[in-house]
Parts: sequence; structure tokens; C-alpha cells
Amino acid sequence: MALAFNHKPGLVVYLTAGDPSVEATLAIALEAIDAGADVIELGVPFSDPLADGPVIQRASERAVARGTRMRDVLKIASEIRKARPNAGLVIFTYLNPILRYGCTRFVDDAKAGGADGVLIIDMIVEEADEYLAEMDRAGLAPIFLAAPTSPDERLKNIAAHARGFIYAISRVGITGKQQSMTSDAAALATRVRRWSELPVAVGFGISSAEHVAQVAEFADAAVIGSAIVELIERSTPEAAPGAVARFIKGLRLPQAALAR
Amino acid sequence: MSSVVLPASPSESRPGRFGAYGGRYVPETLMAALLELEHEYELAKADAAFQAELADLLKDFAGRPTPLYFAKRLTYELGGAKIYLKREDLLHTGAHKINNALGQGLLARRMGKKRIIAETGAGQHGVATATVCALLGMECVVYMGDVDMERQELNVLRMRLLGAEVRGVSSGSKTLKDAISEAMRDWVTNVRTTHYLLGSALGAHPYPTMVRDFHRCISIEMKQQILEREGRLPTAVIACVGGGSNAIGAFYEFIPDRQVRLIGVEAGGRGTELGEHAARFRGGVPGVLQGTFSYVLQDENGQIANTHSVSAGLDYASIGPEHAALHDSGRAEYVSQDDAATLDALVKLARTEGILPALESAHAVAECLRMAPTLSPRDILVVNLSGRGDKDMGIIARELKLGEPNAT
Repeated sequence: MALAFNHKPGLVVYLTAGDPSVEATLAIALEAIDAGADVIELGVPFSDPLADGPVIQRASERAVARGTRMRDVLKIASEIRKARPNAGLVIFTYLNPILRYGCTRFVDDAKAGGADGVLIIDMIVEEADEYLAEMDRAGLAPIFLAAPTSPDERLKNIAAHARGFIYAISRVGITGKQQSMTSDAAALATRVRRWSELPVAVGFGISSAEHVAQVAEFADAAVIGSAIVELIERSTPEAAPGAVARFIKGLRLPQAALAR
Repeated sequence: MSSVVLPASPSESRPGRFGAYGGRYVPETLMAALLELEHEYELAKADAAFQAELADLLKDFAGRPTPLYFAKRLTYELGGAKIYLKREDLLHTGAHKINNALGQGLLARRMGKKRIIAETGAGQHGVATATVCALLGMECVVYMGDVDMERQELNVLRMRLLGAEVRGVSSGSKTLKDAISEAMRDWVTNVRTTHYLLGSALGAHPYPTMVRDFHRCISIEMKQQILEREGRLPTAVIACVGGGSNAIGAFYEFIPDRQVRLIGVEAGGRGTELGEHAARFRGGVPGVLQGTFSYVLQDENGQIANTHSVSAGLDYASIGPEHAALHDSGRAEYVSQDDAATLDALVKLARTEGILPALESAHAVAECLRMAPTLSPRDILVVNLSGRGDKDMGIIARELKLGEPNAT
């Protein structure tokens, strides 16, 4: 059930569903796919996103304030799937909104809506038995985080339960842009590969073509989150899809351009 | 609630469970630190030198054992059960919080961590943490919601005087919940060098167990003292419950004594609508917030609700997981007292006994005032007076209009 990355390097684009609106998120997602995003990571807005930095926290607050619900997020997912059958589609969320919606119902609805996988950011493999059983039943890929602080025996366990791809966190810390990649990311990707054949996507802090080019040297894909969410925050709803598309196109610059 | 399916089956592979509650729901980045903490805590528990140093500090630095005081005038006025107060308010820094801060501080030093972060609502845990960091020579950063910084200004000043950096949190409801999120973000970022000195019996395993253990001394002393004074166990032990650290400390040794009623008092706030109170067992449903599975005040979409209480320390949308298990099993009872009854109780205790309780503790006093007259003189109520009210004078003065002539 590995997700396919059709480009090299692959790009996973995170969007907070409902920011600035349900309609705009759909429009941005479609433009992002057309501009070269391999996977859309659709974020369920949550009131208390403790692993996220201020940019995604603000986006979550705006989306929650607009009344964005789980079923709106799943509706966006199914519209994306209908319009772009070949794109990868992952639901990104904290656990509590799933518990409230109902785990079985969530898994069924996510599958029916065309999602390929689910990433619950505050779910570790040791707590995930029932969730994994539900995901397996529905044929959805559970995606897990691997952190630079995860020792090898944890990485082995994570690799044994993950499907789709492994999300390697580039550094200890919360989401948000940073100036340069740390050596943590390459070391982690190398360690993950010892235990898993799945594609490795590197995220947290990636915001430029230079970062993406660096990631391409040791991983299969880069995850872009805060940089895009911030661009959406700065744009009008009408201008956001175009701005995001231009930004994504610029993320895969030819090597010659990077060298300049 | 059929939708709660995930954490419903506790098993050996899931440590830190209280019935279905508890567990670990955190970003993977924190797991290595939680596992290290669990391991080091187990070693420290078994280490006689660690236990001896903690016992010495609890005695000579913090002031344990605290007295069990017979509230004679209050008992007489209410005309029912005999009322005892467990005087945690007499501890150094003014609340039970120092028990846990000393325990975790020593543990952090043992783990070689030089930087401590903490969150605080009413400020008592922040002051206790800043105090222990000063004592042990450690760097200290305390996160506090902007709303709480304003209503607990005195404690902000105390923390700064003790050398701690107090960082205001302006996100969300700007109260305890948001301070915890911000402390966890700091911990995720600085996990290799920093210990998160969590202030209540909350969060991911091993915190609820560890914090409870550091507060067990309350009920160990309470049990011994009441047996010495009365020759029998109390009818009920009453404690306020925010996260629930003073309450679990006061309850724990009595859990096997089925004849002793254990009564937790939540913040009833100013109304029964979501957002007007912090009564998790009245208005909440099981869910996951900040690392643990417990009762959570939330809306129908799983978004965490805002809360209100006159006391910053009870103003939290979730509750320690061990309380959730005690609630579901029926072993402990949970009630609520509103802001108005709490302020009345505070005045009553001040005027009959000359003791000014913290607004948190005054919730437990309010429940005692309600219960005592319904019981007989053969009954004994023990109220855990978790902290003193000096820190709350600004709010109390405002609420009771003490600045005006003929107030209250």
C-alpha cells in the first residue's frame, strides 16, 4: 500500500482544511496537484494543535472559528478524489476529533471519500491496536511519524506498522519554516531505511527549493506545510490557488538554478 | 458513547492505564523522553538515597508533615459532622504543589537535565517549580496564560524574584490548557536538554502515576493523623479537582477503605453551559487532550471547549485519568460548587477559623459546608486545604468589593 511518488523528488503538500474556506481549500488542492504535488495532506483543524507552530495553529484557529467539521474535511477529500483520481490523499489530524466522530465511522467515511492514508499526529504505535485493525479492514494506510529522537527499536516497530510512507521529522521541534536543514534529517532517513521499504517523506521546516533539493539526496519526498499555509494566510481566497501553484512549481528548480 | 473505541481495551502492552483511561498520546518526538522518564523514575523509586533526600527536603524545606487541624468553631456553627482540615496551605510556597516539584526536580537532576520548563494556572505550581529550580541551581521557564498572568500577578512576581522566566501565552483561551500546549511545544523542541515538570496528575504516562506518588504523602499522613485523633477513619475526604493532583494525593491511601467516601469538587463556574464552568464529569465526555485519555469538555466536533472558574487552578478542560477511572467505578464521587458558593465558603472559613484558603481549596470547603449539616456529630469530614489564599487577594478583593466600606 505504498503511496506512489510520480516525481523526483516527491512533494507532499499540507493544507489546513477550511482555511480560508472549504471551497478555497478544494481549489488550492486541485491547483497544487496540477502544479506537481504528488500527495495532498489534508489537515483536520483542531483547537489545541500541540505539535504545530504558530502558522498552522493560526490556520487551525481560523478554520475552527469558521465551523469547519470533520465531515467538511471528508467532503473536500472526496471532491479532490473525484477531480484528480491519481493524486495521493492523506488525512492529517489529532486524535480527539476522530474519537468524537467515531473511529469506525471515520475510517469508513475516509475510505469512501477516496483517502489513501491517515496520519494522527498524537498517536504512537503502542496505542494504536484498534485503530490499526480498523485501518486494515478498510484498506487505508496508517502513516506514522519517525523522529530524530526515536531509537532504532522504535523505528523498527514504527516501520512494522506503517503503510503508505514513513513521515520522518527533519528535526526535534514543532512545525514551521527554518533557514537550513539539520543533519538530523539525513541520519534519520538512513536509519528508517534499515527497517522499511516504504518511501520516506521528510517534513517540518521545509520551505524552499534548496531544502527540497537537499531532501532529494537522501529521501523520496519532501513535506511542505507551514510555508504554504503562510502563503495562503497572506493571499486573498481568490489569489491563493494561483499563488500556491506558482510556489510549488518553484520548489523543483533545476540543479543549475540552485547552483547560481 | 459508541464513538469512543480506541483506548477502550487496556492491556499489558499499554502502560499507565487506569481502567480505560490514561495512556500516551503524544507526537513521536516525545516518546524517547517519556520512556527515559519512566525508566529513571522506576530506578529512583527503588533508590534509598533518592528517597531519603526527598524525605529530608519534604520535612526540612517544605515543612512536612502538615497538621491535621480540627476546625472547632466551623464544626460548632454548622452543627453536624466534625470537620478537620489537612493543612497543605502551611507548606513552603503555600500549596501542596511543592511535594511534586521537589520530587520531579530531584529526578530531573538525576537525569542530568539542567533546564526545567513548567506550566501554571493559578501560579502555585510555577512558584513551587521556580523555588525548586533555585534550590537545585537549574534554569527555569514557566508558561502561563495571559489571562492567568493578569489574575495571579503576585505569583508572576514571585516566580521572577526566584529567577524563573515567565512566558505569557496568548493563544486559545489564554489559560492553563494553552500554557500546557506551549510547554509541550517547548519540550518537543528542547527535549534533549529539558525536563518538563508537569504540575498535575495529567498528561502522558508516567506523569499521572508519578505526580500521584509524589502527593501520596498527603493521604499517608492524613490517615495516620485521623486514626491518632479519632481512632477511626473519616466519613469522607473532600478535595478540589482541577487536574486533580491534590485530590489524588488526598484520596490514594483511602481507596481500599470502602467505607470512606472520596469526594472531588469541580469548578461549577457561573453557569451550566459549555464554556461557563470546568465540571468535566457533568459536561464532558471521554477524549484525548494533551497526552492522555480522560473526560474532556469539548463540542460535538471534538474541539476543546473553553472553561471558566473564579480559580485559575481549576480552570481546565480535562481531568487526571485516575479520577476518570475512580468516577466510572463509582469509588469516588464528583460534584461541583459554583463561583458564588466558593466565595461564600472562603469568607466563612476566614471568619470562623482565621484561615484564608486558596480559591481552589475553597471549592472543597464549600462542599463541606453543604454536607456537614446533613450529617451527624459521629461523622468526620476531612477537607484537603490544598493551598492558601494570599495569591488570590486581588480577585477576592474585586469579587467581594473589599475596597468599599461595608463590604461583605
